[in-house]
Order: sequence, then C-alpha cells, then structure tokens
Amino acid sequence: MRTKAVRHTLRGLGLVCAAALALTACSSSTTGSGDGGPVSASGLDTALSQGGSITVWAWEPTLKQVVTDFEAKYPKVHVNLVNAGTGDKQYTALQNAVQAGNGAPDVAQIEYYALGQFALGKSLQDLSKYGAPDLSKQYSPGPWTSVSINGGVYALPMDSGPMALFYNKKVFDKYDLTVPTTWDQYVDDARKLHAADPNAYITNDTGDAGFTTSMIWQAGGHPYKVNGTKVSVDFTDPGSAKFTDTWQKLVSEHLVAPVSSWSDQWYKGLGDGSIATLAMGAWMPANLASGVPTASGDWRVAPLPQWRQGQSASSENGGSSLAVMKSSAHQDLAYAFLKFANAGDGAQDRIKGGAFPATTADLNSQAFLDTAFPYFGGQQANKIFSDSAKSVVTGWQYLPYQVYANSVFNDTVGKAYVSSTPLASGLKAWQDASVKYGTGQGFTTGQ
Amino acid sequence: MTITSPPAASAGRGSPPRRRSSRGLVGWGFIGPFLAVFALVFLAPIGYSVYLSLFQDRLIGGNTFVGLDHYQQAFQDPEFWSGFGRVALFLAVQVPVMLGIALLAALALDSGRLYGKSFFRITVFLPYAVPAVVATLMWEFLYGSRFGLVGDINRAFGVSLPDPLSPGLVLASIGNIVTWEFVGYNMLIFYSALRVVPRSLYEAAEIDGAGQWRVITAVKLPAIRGALVIATVFSIIGSFQLFNEPAILKVPAPNAITTFYTPNYYTYTLSFSGRQQNYAATVAIVMGVITMVIAYAFQLRGMRKEA
Repeated sequence: MRTKAVRHTLRGLGLVCAAALALTACSSSTTGSGDGGPVSASGLDTALSQGGSITVWAWEPTLKQVVTDFEAKYPKVHVNLVNAGTGDKQYTALQNAVQAGNGAPDVAQIEYYALGQFALGKSLQDLSKYGAPDLSKQYSPGPWTSVSINGGVYALPMDSGPMALFYNKKVFDKYDLTVPTTWDQYVDDARKLHAADPNAYITNDTGDAGFTTSMIWQAGGHPYKVNGTKVSVDFTDPGSAKFTDTWQKLVSEHLVAPVSSWSDQWYKGLGDGSIATLAMGAWMPANLASGVPTASGDWRVAPLPQWRQGQSASSENGGSSLAVMKSSAHQDLAYAFLKFANAGDGAQDRIKGGAFPATTADLNSQAFLDTAFPYFGGQQANKIFSDSAKSVVTGWQYLPYQVYANSVFNDTVGKAYVSSTPLASGLKAWQDASVKYGTGQGFTTGQ
Repeated sequence: MTITSPPAASAGRGSPPRRRSSRGLVGWGFIGPFLAVFALVFLAPIGYSVYLSLFQDRLIGGNTFVGLDHYQQAFQDPEFWSGFGRVALFLAVQVPVMLGIALLAALALDSGRLYGKSFFRITVFLPYAVPAVVATLMWEFLYGSRFGLVGDINRAFGVSLPDPLSPGLVLASIGNIVTWEFVGYNMLIFYSALRVVPRSLYEAAEIDGAGQWRVITAVKLPAIRGALVIATVFSIIGSFQLFNEPAILKVPAPNAITTFYTPNYYTYTLSFSGRQQNYAATVAIVMGVITMVIAYAFQLRGMRKEA
C-alpha cells in the first residue's frame, strides 16, 4: 500500500517509455538533418534574427543575467531557463528525457566529469561543424581537454574549479592554528582543533567521489587511463596511496565531521565555525556568499595544501560546461546561446556575478585579479585561484562513465567512513565495480 | 444466474442463440472502456518491460538481443539478493509489529471502553494522511544526531544515543517510520471488519460465561480473518516495494544506504545512474514475480484456514 504511488509512477514510466519508442523513431529522422555541413557565423545570425524558443537546463546562478542580456540583444529569441536539479539529479532527469525521446532541453549544463558519458551515449551534438575547435585558444587547457572527446568538441567550457583551501579565519585565530601549507600540517591542525573543541572539525566528509578524485589528481595519481574504448582503473598507484595514507588518519581519528556537503547541517556548520575548512573549486565563493551569508567576513582563501613542502600542484574540482543536445530541434540557436554565454558578452556577466571563468583572457586580466571579495574581508582571492588554475597537474582523465562510477562510490569507499574498512580497500572495491561496469558496457578493461 | 426473460414483444422472433450472442456483445461494450485502459496502463507497460529485458544497450556496441541472459544475471547478482534479503527481513519483523499494534488499537476501539474514541481513531489514522516523502523528511530531522531531536536529547541529558542513521540501525529506523505511517490505515481495516461482527455473537459468548480475552480469541479474531489476510497481503507487497524511505534517507546517510538497498531502489539506480534500463526491467520483473508468488501463496493459505 505504502508504495502505491511508486507503483503508479513505475507504471507511468513504462508508459512514457512505450510512447518514447514511437517518438524516437520519428525524432531521429528530424535531427538527422541537423547533422549536415558546417554552419557559418552568418548562418547563426540568420537563425538568431529569425528567432525561436530554446530551453536551457542549468543550476548555475549567474546564467540568469546572461539570459536577460541575451534576450535583450536578440529580442526574437526566447530562452527558457530551467533548474532541473544540481549535478547528478539533473543528469538523472536528462538521461531520462534522452531515453524517453522527448522532454530534453536544447542546452544542458554538464560538469566536465560527466561529459564523456553523455557524449559517448550520443546524447550531445558535436560542435565542430559550428567551428567550435577554433575557440580552443580562448580557454584554459584543462577545461578545453575536458570538452574535447574522441576528436570532437561536445561542449563549451562555462567555468572551472581550480582547487583552493577556504578556511574560517575566526576559528583559526581563536585556536591559534596556522594555515596549513602541506596536508601533514592540515592533519595536525585537525587534531589540535578537535582537541580544543570536540564539536569543531577541520572539515566535513562522508565520502565524496568528486573530492576524492580531485585529491588523488593533485597528488599526481592517474587511476583512470582511457584510450578510445580501452579503459583501465588502478587505485594502487602512488598518487592514490598518498591520499589514502593522509586521509585515513583524519577518518580513523574521527577528525572529519560526518556531515554531507550541501546538506542543511553543512551550511549550519560552515556558519557556526564547527566546520573550519573546505578544499574546493574556485566556483565556491558565490555559493558561500549565498548559502552562508551570516559568516561573511569570517572566511579567507589560501592555496591548496601540498603533498610535499615547497611544491605547487593543484587540481580541478567540479567545473561545468554547456552542451547542445542532439535531440534539439533548434541546434543553431542553442549554439548561439552557448557562444554568447561562454565566449561572448555573457561570460563577462558571469564573472561579475562571481563565477570563475574558464577563459584565459579573463583569468589574466588585471581587473579580474584585483577584484576584492567583501565576503573574504576584502581579500583578492582571484589571485590565488588564478595561480591554482596555472598549476593544475596535467594528464588527468575521468572514466567515460564517471557518472555511474560516482553513483556507487558510497557503496564501496563509503564503507571506510562508517566501519573499520580502510580507505584503500574501499578504493579497491570501487575500482572493481568500475571495471565490472566498463566490461558490461563493452569497453576493453584492464588495470 | 437468474435471467428474467425479456418481454416477448421487444424480443420479436429472434432465436435464443442469437439473442445470447448480442447480449454478449453488450457485455463487452460495458467492460470495453475498462479493458482498453487496463491494456494501456497495465498490460502494455508489462509487455514493454519484458521486451526491454531481452535486450542490452551498451555504450560501446549499441543495442543487441541477449535473450534470457539478464535473467541469468539477476539470479546470480549478489547485490540484488542482498537487497531482497533486506526487504525479507524487514517483512519478517516490521509487518508483524505493525499489524500487531494495529490490531490492538482496533480491538481497543471496538471494546467500547475507550474514552474519546473518535479522537483516538483520527489521531492514529492521521500519519497515513501525511505523504510518505514528507513523513520521511520529518523523521530524518527527528533522527538527526547533530541538529535534530536525537542531538537535542543527547545534549539535554548528556547521553550519547546510537545514531539512528548508522548502517546497523537504519533499517530499524525505516521500519519505525513505516510503522508510524501505516498503523492507522491497518487499524481502520481491522476496525471496520470488527464492526460488522453480529453483536448477538458477543451476547451468546457472554451467556456461555466467556471473558473478554476469550471473546477476542474465539469470536473476534476468527471473524476478521479475511481482513487480517488482506492487510498482510498488502503489507507483503508494500515491504517488497520499499523505496521512498531509503531513497530519501540516502541523502543524510549516504554510506548506510547503498544503491542496492532494496530491489526497487536497485532498479532505480540501475536505470537512472547506470543507464541499464534493460537489466533494471529484468530485476523489476523478477521481483514482481517473486512478490506475486509469495503474496498469492499467503492468501491461499490464509483463506484455506478460513474455510
């Protein structure tokens, strides 16, 4: 009885799928015409002057202003901006709509780690025919590598997330902690802080795939090797070991708050000082300002702690792109919007709104670097982020099915957070699950 | 099957067989709308699921026919069976507790010795009116060991209660939520069954010198066996389809609730994060058949005793 509603939904889903069968049959022929020859800039202008309506699925807050300006510039185009959920919630909806054959947007925000899965799944339009490859020089190499998949360009970078350490200066001053420059010092600070106040933790962690992979990335690990349809996963490399050695101490000694990121408890903890630091991407300031307004002035930014004293290595954490869906009936308009938002005037709107750009010109502009953040007590935080962007370790790869892999992270590595399972064994179990899925999906897998 | 013959005048000279066949067509006309909707919303999705389960759509290699491979895979899938084992345990513990409480409440209502009977009845039933999602979110807050009720109790009394959302306790916590939600519903089923027991039976029992307890075991319980069986069948189906509660508690307890926590949740993650709709359809079919067999077996057994 209790699941009656669920049963109905499942039945309903079946129906949708059945209807989708018929729809995909017809829609494939219409999108086929969109795959024709190259589309020039004048072709885009024609589409823009003819006008039409496109739907954009994105959760990035600064896009609102971009849409307003885009519609002001091209009055005949109507953009319907929809927040269909953040991260994997949106991917679930997107996957669902793609599978159903209708209901998908024209443009979707997709994080770099998830692009591969959607590109391989043939859900996204290759933007090469619009001349997107010519834009490569405008973007930082990291994000550009992420959108270039199997010789095509499947999205335009929207922002990037070079990592930095956000710390609550008030807490650090109160307990006389030094801002850590290495992860060993970070562990020392964690012990000192938790001993001084049992309710305070250096950070929160309940097992986060994106964070873990970013940390291994910074430590120089290359657990994923992808070459076409050949995929290998190995979490026993030295980079991964560096991470597990250090992080295991924090987990075993209960020095990380058992609070999931983005939960209500998390925001509370960030506000009241019980969560003292966050190692996160440079897109975080806008979220802190809107999510924890009460702590304005308490927080500061520092370079990410290093695995070895004197190093300056960094990695990307999150960051997303905008992609054109293959099922879109208005691909020209959709691409015009992408270009406006990520390479044109819209990019400036977004920087003003607090987003961290992926465009090199902006990253190096003096005005950008000199921006003072009132939330960080007037600190010029972009200098730290910009340095971090330049020292991102090269060569990192995500799995072409990272969305799935991340979804089972807590089934495997999560055990280390709630039992005596070591992180390293958790990672091994994650590796096995990832390899098994890859084999099932037709990849040639190995270690 | 009493059929009053229609007036001869209107029947005319029509021969009986033809009349019967036209009457048969009329019957189809009556159930036609139902059948059409039934076929569309019930048979078609099941048929489509079966069709889906015979194919495999892979990132590399596309869609291929794989016959019964997925069924073989499901029977050897440790994740599916661990989820199944979990809901079976849930069924064995939570359902008797819930139905026991519901039965006690129904008997108390029916005893006529309760003050504020209608208030009691509506209060116990009220949680059923709360949507499962809202109820779970509310309990999630109560269970919170940092900022929730559990945390408040810990601080107020200086104790350290075990975390209700830890891996060892989360199933019991879900059981508690489900019990809270459905006691009132089952109580109403039992109570309405008790209401139709003829009062004369109680008088007869009293004359025979039976006490209250004896009346319950010898008169009331046998009289409502049908309702007990139906409530149990509903609960069996409900337990096997457990989804809402774990899906929502996955957010505060990501490591306690796995992606294969219950069979339904497993099919959900398979299709939406793993893009394995075909295998998800297989798991759903296997689980549906198992549920049907167990519920039907229980019903047969329960009804046979009744006879």
